[in-house]
This record gives sequence, structure tokens and C-alpha cells, in this order.
Amino acid sequence: MIEYFNEMFDGGQVREPYSALDGWTREMPAELRAMKQAEAEAMFRRIGITFAVYGEGGDPDRLIPFDMFPRVFTQMEWRKLERGIKQRARALNAFLLDVYGRGEIVRAGRIPARLVYQNDAYERSVSGFVPPRGIYSHIVGIDLVRTGRDQFYVLEDNCRTPSGVSYMLENREIMMRMFPQLFRDNRIEPVEGYPEALRRTLASVAPVKCTGEPTIAILTPGHFNSAYYEHSFLADLMGVDLVEGADLFVEGGFCWMRTTEGPQKLDVIYRRLDDAYLDPLCFRPDSMLGVPGLMDVYRSGGVTITSAPGAGVADDKAIYTFVPEMISFYLGEEPLLENVPTWQCAKPDDLKYVLDKLGELVVKEVHGSGGYGMLVGPKSTKEQIEVFRHKIMENPVNYIAQPTLALSTTPTFVEEGVAPRHVDLRPYCLVGEKIELVPGGLTRVALTEGSLVVNSSQGGGVKDTWVLAE
Amino acid sequence: MILTVDHVTTYSYDTAMGASVQSLRLFPSRFSGQREIDWHVAVEGGIRGGEFRDGAGDKVESWSVRPPVEEVVVAVRGQIETTDTAGVLRGHRELVHPMAYLRETTATWGDEGLERLAAEAVGGCTEPLDCAHRLSAAVAEAIAYEPGTTDAHTTAAEALDQGKGVCQDHAHALIAAARAQDLPARYVSGYLFATEDGAPHEAAHAWTEIWIEGIGWIGFDAANSCCPDDRYIRLGSGLDAHEAAPIRGITQGGSEERLNVTVALEQVQQ
Amino acid sequence: MLSRTAENLFWVARYMERAETMARLLEVGSRISLTPSAGHGHRSDWESLLQASGTAEGFWTKYGDPVQRNIESYLFFDRDNPSSVISCIERARENARIVRTAITGQVWDTLNTAFQQIRQIERQPRSEMELGELCDWVNRQSALLRGSMDGTMLRNDGFFFMNLGYALERADNTARLIDVKYFVLLPSVEMVGSGLDNHQWRVLLRALNAHRAFHWAYGGEITSAKIADFLILNPASPRSLLSSTKKAMHHLDNLATFYNKPAGPAQESAHALVAALSAARVPEIFDEGLHEFLTRFIQDIGGLTGLVQRSYLSGEAQ
Repeated sequence: MIEYFNEMFDGGQVREPYSALDGWTREMPAELRAMKQAEAEAMFRRIGITFAVYGEGGDPDRLIPFDMFPRVFTQMEWRKLERGIKQRARALNAFLLDVYGRGEIVRAGRIPARLVYQNDAYERSVSGFVPPRGIYSHIVGIDLVRTGRDQFYVLEDNCRTPSGVSYMLENREIMMRMFPQLFRDNRIEPVEGYPEALRRTLASVAPVKCTGEPTIAILTPGHFNSAYYEHSFLADLMGVDLVEGADLFVEGGFCWMRTTEGPQKLDVIYRRLDDAYLDPLCFRPDSMLGVPGLMDVYRSGGVTITSAPGAGVADDKAIYTFVPEMISFYLGEEPLLENVPTWQCAKPDDLKYVLDKLGELVVKEVHGSGGYGMLVGPKSTKEQIEVFRHKIMENPVNYIAQPTLALSTTPTFVEEGVAPRHVDLRPYCLVGEKIELVPGGLTRVALTEGSLVVNSSQGGGVKDTWVLAE
Repeated sequence: MILTVDHVTTYSYDTAMGASVQSLRLFPSRFSGQREIDWHVAVEGGIRGGEFRDGAGDKVESWSVRPPVEEVVVAVRGQIETTDTAGVLRGHRELVHPMAYLRETTATWGDEGLERLAAEAVGGCTEPLDCAHRLSAAVAEAIAYEPGTTDAHTTAAEALDQGKGVCQDHAHALIAAARAQDLPARYVSGYLFATEDGAPHEAAHAWTEIWIEGIGWIGFDAANSCCPDDRYIRLGSGLDAHEAAPIRGITQGGSEERLNVTVALEQVQQ
Repeated sequence: MLSRTAENLFWVARYMERAETMARLLEVGSRISLTPSAGHGHRSDWESLLQASGTAEGFWTKYGDPVQRNIESYLFFDRDNPSSVISCIERARENARIVRTAITGQVWDTLNTAFQQIRQIERQPRSEMELGELCDWVNRQSALLRGSMDGTMLRNDGFFFMNLGYALERADNTARLIDVKYFVLLPSVEMVGSGLDNHQWRVLLRALNAHRAFHWAYGGEITSAKIADFLILNPASPRSLLSSTKKAMHHLDNLATFYNKPAGPAQESAHALVAALSAARVPEIFDEGLHEFLTRFIQDIGGLTGLVQRSYLSGEAQ
């Protein structure tokens, strides 16, 4: 029997950060709870916040279940996480700048060249380019899990366009409206500064040719995209335009927006579009979503694209193993946050180990996401394991394996009252002139009893995440 | 050798089209085999955009033409001095790691036929440079030069299958064969002044470069069974013909595009 | 403002106005069908109605016979018909969703609620629904939207583009409705001034919620001259061509002021149209031929819409 760390109850005692919540739930009558839950859902529906987190696809009108029981961190816990997250964001950016430059880390033999340069996400067309301030990944989403009082692991890095931040903001907004007293009783660090911080970050990476206040816009694949709500939400909160490819064109070395007052120069694009769709001239010629000629303007310093095309090479599951190497190589520091030990099925020794211990491990596809194409050994039947064994043996390169982590639990409202459920955490780190981290993030919770899969496509919900002020 | 180039590409349309954007890789590479004397690139009636030199050392310049567009005319006029470097791309500044050129594309995907061709050509050879020469010879042998038998989208595998093709097909096939032997290889576009037998030849040309550890990038022209010398002008490179294309453009609208290219290369008498 | 945003707003209003016109047309049809028809041997009234809605071809392809029930379904609930009430409301709501942040919460609520409700209505058995009630419902949604726009939106470019959409769509639709009355509904020219003629006019006025206004304004017998004056030239009549064109002009003026730009081609064209309509008199229109006059007007409005498109919605350098 695995012991799971309960973030509220530790050894029968209520841990200090949760002390105010203990009374809160005890005193809440079941009818009030049901009423509040319905109220929250109505608010989400009204706002129209219906989309899958982390690009999981699915029904765009589906509502992700919101759990009203907050997840709480102390200031001390958070400071430690914050240092670790910022360190990681710095290292990942240093890595990107390096591999699109001289590739010192490869020359030094610390990362295999093949892993980098033959990676599908390595974008040859931007090599040699130094983006403003040398930053490739401006919004880094680090997925964390907790397994003990002081034990956190990084599950994966997201250097391209991590989504879900609108949930972080809306969850808080709704909690504050429904339970103002909670916020009076607890001193909770605000997260509402995120849009302003994002705007500041984007403005700080304006291209060299931009003089004066930069014009910023969010580039969306369009209103059919499952994350469209988040795109328009962020654009609105930042006070910038939400554009589609057809709203933009290039001319004279700049990128322009089509406006009712004629063309307006655009300086910084926060794109929520994959590399392949950005520019049909440079990438997929059949893409209708992008802007022909955009990459040339980018490369010649007429516009900044965030996150930079090619940033994906840093968050690949195979590269993930080497992030501690990056931290030591570029920063000369010890990693503050640990990686989950990972076996690469591409390596014969690792493969043998994985196949031996299939029933104990979590196996993932290298390029998969959203909890699909994944095997959770201890939670699977013999048949499921055998089916997976064959898949791995057919194409070992495609798989990595990790130990099954004892994900921490937090109290969660369920049918019968309150019960522990497993959670993870995604904070959003902003990298520009400064590195900023809003105190909070998105907590995802596996609502099914015993489940370790927090993905919203597989029965996951979300929670408000609190960082207590000192 | 001092060569003059006069290269005009015209895209014309039946009906007026929307805006047009071009990305041009039409500038001579900077390396010890080439010295630019004079070089002009322009799109008629177009607006010059930004320019940059990419990680592979190629200069890229972008242009746009405002709507309505009935014709896009790209003109290159220049003079250049070339030197024979025995195919070696010496003194060329670039950043891209050679290993990035082991990646396959649709056009250079190595099927069984190409892998077999490569394996048989290399035989027991262990010296990479020697291997590269053998691969080039094998491709020249396997694909006869016959214009009109392939088009811009023909893949290396298809060209080998039918045993005929043009320089683009030779280049793709050699890239695929080299990569099959774990040798990084890339597509190079440029110009060629006449051929050794003096027969008239399409002056726009393409060949292959193969990375040989310890030496660097070396050109192989399987179509002409030689290495590029001072008759060659090198413009740019990429994983395949699409990536290395001297002109990449998009004109908005539904009308059929007609292409007309004229290239004149002349040697300046000294 | 992004050109596409302006375009989306423009179309929100156009689609809602179009939905209203469709509902009013259906009402005309259902009322006419309640009267003993004088038009036997000619095209049936319902068929005429299809012609008027501009969707006849699609209907014939799908249903063939112009049976009342089918026509009602086609004009109200059929998504294959791009001009059906449900299509228009869904498109209006979708255009609004795309630019959700450019409109107020109340405007969005109105559109979203209309969208949710029509989906519920759609699921009810058709036999339980009165056409009249359905049409009333559409008119109410349209009025709610105009009200929430007026009550909550900032008077900025977004507001002006929406109103411009309303005005241009209404000008076009009213012109078509009048044209239909003369050249489609009435079985033959000899019947001008007949009892049927007058009856149809009354129905049309009623469908436009204008029969009382008409009587207040003119009194006495209904004549084609009075009607033409009321629906084309009377600046007090809210749906007259002059009122709609004036409204378009007014909002083009607002845009020019807002953007601090000298008069552009769209604005100039709107002023010219208003001047011409203001100077026009009914006898002259009848001399030209009402149909010819309306055809010319519809073209002019189309031309003006094109100028708006080019000046503001394409985003090209001018």
C-alpha cells in the first residue's frame, strides 16, 4: 500500500496553511455547499469559459468541473518552488539560445547531438537568430507534483504556449465572489497581476526596429479553437487586439494589422498557434491560419514572435531528462527542483528494466500529451499491460517510463462530503526583461477516487490555488 | 572565371490577384570560391522588405507586391568571380549543426531502393569522402538525365524507380543515399555555366553537399558526375528543393499561375 | 479597431435585422393565406413569398412543393437555408462570440439567450407552435438587442459599425419587401388598386408593425401613393428607405468624426443618396416605375456597402 501525502492532514493533524479551511468546511451545511457549487457553475457558463486545458481537444462547450476546496501553499513552500521554477525557466532559455547558436552544450558532450538536431521540434530556419533579449520561451509552464512535505518533482516543461492560465484567474475571481469571508480570514497573495505582468513581459521583448511603445496582439487560430476563450480573455485583460492570420500582412519588413483606420504596425505577437501554422511560406504551405512572409519579418527584426518558433525543442520528453544538465552547464547551479527519474526505452538497458517492471511504472509516449497513450502500471489490468508491452517492443524509441509517483492529495468536495483527491500544479513563469512568477497557478485534481490522472479529458477538475502571505 | 548572370522569373495570372509575398534566396554564397562583383535583385513594382543571413549562411530578402497583382517579375542581374575549390565549401560561415541535415523530408525520404543503392555503392568502404564519391557515381548511374520525365514534386524514391530525371532528382536521390549511410547531406541551388561537352544546358542548377567530418561540406553534382568548380555559382541550401528554393512566394487568389524563367550566364572575356 | 472586429459587429446587426425580416415575411404569408385568394391560377401566395425571401431555389431543391408547413420550416428552422431565422440568429451570435470583448455583457447576453432559446424552441413539436408567436418572439429578440446596444454600449466605432449594419440591411430589406408586394404578390398589373391590392398592403403594413402609424400619418383610404410615400420617402417612418439611409449616413458621419478623418467615399455616397431621396416625390417614382426605382435603390445600397467594405473592413492602405 503506497502512502500518499495529504496536504491538509499530516499525521492526524491539520497542517497550518489549511487551519482556517477546517472550520470552513465543518460549518458549511450541505445545502449551502450545493447552492454555491451550482452558483459557481452558472458563473462559469455565463462567462463562457468552456474549453479543454492543455490542448486536450474535446467538446468546446464542455465545462471543466470546478472544485471549491482551495489548494494552499505557505509562503515558505512557495518561495522554494519559485526559486526552482525560475531557475528552470532560465536554464531552458539558455539551452534554446545555445542550440540555435553555437551549441556549446552539445560540443561539450553534455547532451547528445542527435537528440537536439534531429528532433522534430528543432527549427533549422531560426538557427543563428538571436531573438530580443535572447529569450525563446517567454511563458514557461512547469508541471509539478508533490509527493511529500518537502518533496516536489517536475513532471514536464511547457516552453511553447502553455494554456490554462485563464482558469487560474477565473477560479480566483469566482472564489472571491462566492466566499469573500475566506479572503478576509486568510491573507492570500493575489494572482490578478498576471495579465499586466504578461503585457510587461511582451513589451520588454519588442524587436530592434520598434521605437516607442510597442503594439502587442495575441494571434489565435480562430474562434473554432478550443482555447479561443482563453485567447480572447487574455487579450481583453491586457487591452490588446486578438488577431487571426488573415488580419495580418507583411510589407516593407514589418507586420501590419488590418484596422478600420488602415494598416497599423504590429511589434509583438503572442501567438497561440503552433510553429507549423505560422507562415505558409516557411512552414506548411497548405496552412491557411498563418501570415505569408511572417518568418522573414521576424528573422530580420521587424516583429517579435512569442514564444519564439523553435522553442519546442526544449520541452520534448526526451530532452526533459537533460534539464538538470542544463542547469549545471549554463547556470553552474544545483537543480532546486528534481526531475522524475526517467527510463528511455530507446536505450537497451532501460528498455529491459521497463519491460521487467511494467506493472510498477508509468509509461508515456515521447510526443504524447493529455494523458493519452499512457500506461499507469499499478492501475492497469494484466491484459492492458500486455497490450502495452507489445506497443513498446514494436517502437521502443517512442516511449519513456517513470516510477509511479505517489501524488499528494488535497481535500476535495465529493458527493458524500469532503475526501482526498490527487492533484498536480502548473505555475506560469514569465520571462522578459525580468523573470516573474505570479504566486499561484492551476491546480488540477483527479476527481475519481484513487485516480492519478488529472487531465480534464479524463475526469479531471480544477481548483483555486492559494499562496498565503507572511 | 568572371561570370555575368541575367535571370528573370515571371509569374503571371489570368485574373487580378491579391497581395503577393516573396522570400528570395538569390544571393551568391560567401565562401572562398566566390567573390561578388556586382549583384542586384528586385521585384518589379514591389516593396523591399527585411533581409537577413540565416544559420546556413544564406542571405534572404523578402519582397511584397500590393494588390491587384497580375504579374510578379523577379529579376537578378550580377557579376561574380569564381574559383575552383574542388567542391569544398571553404570559408563559408554557418551555424547549423551538420546533424540537422540527417532529417528526412518527403522529397528525400529513403525507401528500400535508395537504401539498397547506397549500401551497394558504399560496399566495404570506410573512408567517408570515398563513400560520398561512390554514392554520387551510383546515383548518376541509376538516374539518367532526361528532362520532362519528372516534375517539381517528384521524390527521390520515385525518380530512382523510373530511372530518369533532372538535376533536382539527382540531388534528392544523392541526399537520400548519403543520409541512408548516416552522412549529413543537403540540397544546393545555384547556376551552372555550360557543361563540359559544350551542349546547351539549363543554367539554373542544383546539386548536393555532403558533410565529411574533418573536411566540411563538399559539393557533388551527380547530374554531371563531378564536383562543383568555377563554372558553378552557389546561392543557397536546404534539406530539399523546397527548402532551398531561390524563390518562395505566395500570391493570394484562385487563378492558375504560369511560370516563365530565363537565365543567361556569360563568361566575361579577360 | 481591427477591420475584422468591425466586420463581425457589422454582421451581428445585419443578421439580426435579416432574421426579423424573415419573420415578418412569414407573417405576411400566413396572413395572406387566411384570406380567400383572388390569385387562383397564378403563382400561389406562398410561392411568391419564397421568391421574396430570395431563397426559392434552395427550397425547391430540398422540398419541391411549396406547402405551407415546409415553407415555415425552411424559412424558420432550416440550417440549410442561410437566411432562415435560425441560421441568422446563430450567425449573429457566432459573430458576437468572436468579438465577445468588443460588446457589452448585456448585448452578449441578449444574443446568447436568443441563441439558447431558439435551440429549445427547435426541439418542441412543431404542432404546438403558433407561427404568430414565433414571429413575435423574433421581433422581440431583435428589439432587445437594439435596446441593449443603445442602453449599454460606448458610443465608439464598434457601436457605429453595428448601427451601420442595421441601417444598410434594413434599407435593403424594406426595398425588397415593397418590390415583392408589387411584382410578386400581386397577380397582375390590372389588380393595382383592387380590393386584393389594398388587402395586401394592409397585411404588409401590419407585418411591419406600421399600420397604426400609417393611419396616424395619412388617414383615409389606403392608396399606393400614400404607401409608397410612407415606406420610401417619409422621414418619420422608422423603416422608410429615407430613414434607413439617413441612419447609415449618420453613423458614417460619426465614424469620420471618431477617426478624425475627412469625408471618405462611403460617407460622400451616403450623403448623395440621402439628398436624392429627400428631393424625390412619389409621382416621379411612379413615372420611373416603382420596380425600376427600387432596383436602382437596392443597387445603390449595395454600392454603399461595398464602399464601407473597402474603406473600413478590408484594412488595406487607402
